Amino acid sequence: MAYLEINDLQKDFAGLRVVKNFNLSVERGEFISFLGPSGCGKTTTLRMIAGFEAPSSGMIRIDGRDVVDLKPNQRNIGMVFQAYALFPNMTVDQNVAFGLKVAGRPKAEIDATVKEMLGLIKLDHLGSRYPFQLSGGQQQRVALARALAIKPKVLLLDEPLSALDAKIRVSLREEIRAIQNKLGITTIYVTHDQEEALSMSDRIVVMNEGRAEQIGAPFDIYNRPATRFVASFVGTLNLLRAVVADPTHGMVEIGRAKIDLGRQLPERKAGDPISVALRPEAVSLAAADGRSARLEGKVRDVSFLGSVIRVNVDVGGDRISLDTFNTPSTPPPVVGETAAVNFAPEDVLILDA
Amino acid sequence: MKINRFWSWLALFFGILYFALPLIGTLEFSLRMRRGEYSLDAYRVVLGDPRFQATFSYSVAMAVATIIVGVLLVVPTAYWVQLKLRRWRPIIEFITLLPLVIPPIVIVFGYIRLYNTSSFLPLTGSAWGTNLLLMFGYVVLALPYMYRAVDTGLRAIDVRTLTEAAESLGAGWLTIMTRVILPNVLVAVLSGAFLTFAIVIGEFVLAALLNRPAFGPYLQLVGANRAYEPAALAVIAFSITWVCMGLIQLVTRFQKHTFAKR
Ligand SMILES: Nc1ncnc2c1ncn2[C@@H]1O[C@H](COP(=O)(O)OP(=O)(O)O)[C@@H](O)[C@H]1O
Ligand SMILES: [Mg+2]
Repeated sequence: MAYLEINDLQKDFAGLRVVKNFNLSVERGEFISFLGPSGCGKTTTLRMIAGFEAPSSGMIRIDGRDVVDLKPNQRNIGMVFQAYALFPNMTVDQNVAFGLKVAGRPKAEIDATVKEMLGLIKLDHLGSRYPFQLSGGQQQRVALARALAIKPKVLLLDEPLSALDAKIRVSLREEIRAIQNKLGITTIYVTHDQEEALSMSDRIVVMNEGRAEQIGAPFDIYNRPATRFVASFVGTLNLLRAVVADPTHGMVEIGRAKIDLGRQLPERKAGDPISVALRPEAVSLAAADGRSARLEGKVRDVSFLGSVIRVNVDVGGDRISLDTFNTPSTPPPVVGETAAVNFAPEDVLILDA
Repeated sequence: MKINRFWSWLALFFGILYFALPLIGTLEFSLRMRRGEYSLDAYRVVLGDPRFQATFSYSVAMAVATIIVGVLLVVPTAYWVQLKLRRWRPIIEFITLLPLVIPPIVIVFGYIRLYNTSSFLPLTGSAWGTNLLLMFGYVVLALPYMYRAVDTGLRAIDVRTLTEAAESLGAGWLTIMTRVILPNVLVAVLSGAFLTFAIVIGEFVLAALLNRPAFGPYLQLVGANRAYEPAALAVIAFSITWVCMGLIQLVTRFQKHTFAKR
């Protein structure tokens, strides 16, 4: 059985269901992200795992034990908040030691653990500072150390990097992942930032309106989104209006062009309107091997981004955005000229219209 | 601009005059007990009076008891309101402001009616019972100031998140209260305490009508029968209040150096 099990979890606030039929199994040591837009129920789900909210129904099991009736201070869960929540009246050392002191551990053990934790977050030299004497990034690292010091069963982080500026965000997320790997601690990480989720997680739970729309590895979430919501929320997507021509042979019509997808469309009927979705990196202007599908269009916009040139092509009224490498020997496309857009049929995502 | 500043200074000048003149007059008068020269005779008489010592220490003891009960009552209440009963806040605030609207004389008559010797809880029947009643009366009088101070202190910290952080680290209610919440609102609690102290030391109505030997009634007694001593007493009472205000300032400044509010 999985280390953390969530079954049919639901939460109602004043008659409004904000978490619906939530199911998740997390293996020991796994790094899971909850990804979704603001207000989709990520925090509420996390708070139910931590014990700050009581589920309206459903079960949460950690290490084989049902925790729903346990108070937050009995669950042994580490929590990191967006607002750091360090105790302002305590030094860094005292903050990190707090959980161990409450648990009544011997002083020698507390001192050793505090030292170890501060080493882990590379703030050994700042143990006697107060929180207000630290930068945001440093405060959040202390908050992480404080949560880890009690050797929690599960580590929960609720948008821990949202309050920090972009540069620190990137370096800190790498640091968090490294520490998580090193300790092998089971982790749930809440974020609305797809880049964070994609780069850090073993698996991602994409949430929408209180539901888990898709659970999968970043590669699968990105390349094989299960729903239109997942496809559009994670990454950029080019959507083209199309019609199913022949479901058994996988033929679809985009404008006047017919494309052979090379796979059957068992759930569709001939004449069904659909959306054909393509990631920018799945499309190219040059015809290459294996990119047998081809659409004609007009170049609408060219923006130079350094190593990459982003080109916007109008295909039958729909926009396709694609990136080509900036190679000095080939001149970039010109606005207004006709261009052929090439892609491999197996990269095409078929979504509801 | 210049004219503007002139009028401000003038207003300030009259303001200071309005407050300072009576004080200076009282101070000057209190020093004139000995004919023809300034002396501290009035103070010597007052401080040497055993009734002064008795009533003053009685009121100090009352003030300390009031502060302790007030803190134990107000801090957990304000904390709980912030944490769980946000919607109740206007109602709670209204209740805490009531003592400013209801005159103490009304409160004390209510008390005497409710707790007289033929009532279900005859507190006025014994000295300690009346002391207790007086102390609770003081708690009520100090409530608006105490609650305001503590509530402001609590608003400056993120009570809910700090509580949850402590909870997730295994802390129980008492630990959260004593190690996390109280230390972070200590300055607010102290300023509330000093205000309470100042109120209790000078209070007259409750103590007089409950017939307790407090400092306020003693002030009145001396004031009615003597010439120079009341002035000396007034100066002493004022000094106590000022020392309290100064201490509030001091602890507020002291906090900024040890830890800042975020
Ligand atoms: N204590 C609460 N009372 C009422 N509604 C709430 C409460 N907490 C959250 N909600 C509502 O539940 C929904 C999900 O909120 P939340 O879990 O915080 O979303 P997220 O963290 O994904 O942004 C929101 O519509 C929010 O308004
Ligand atoms: Mg949230």
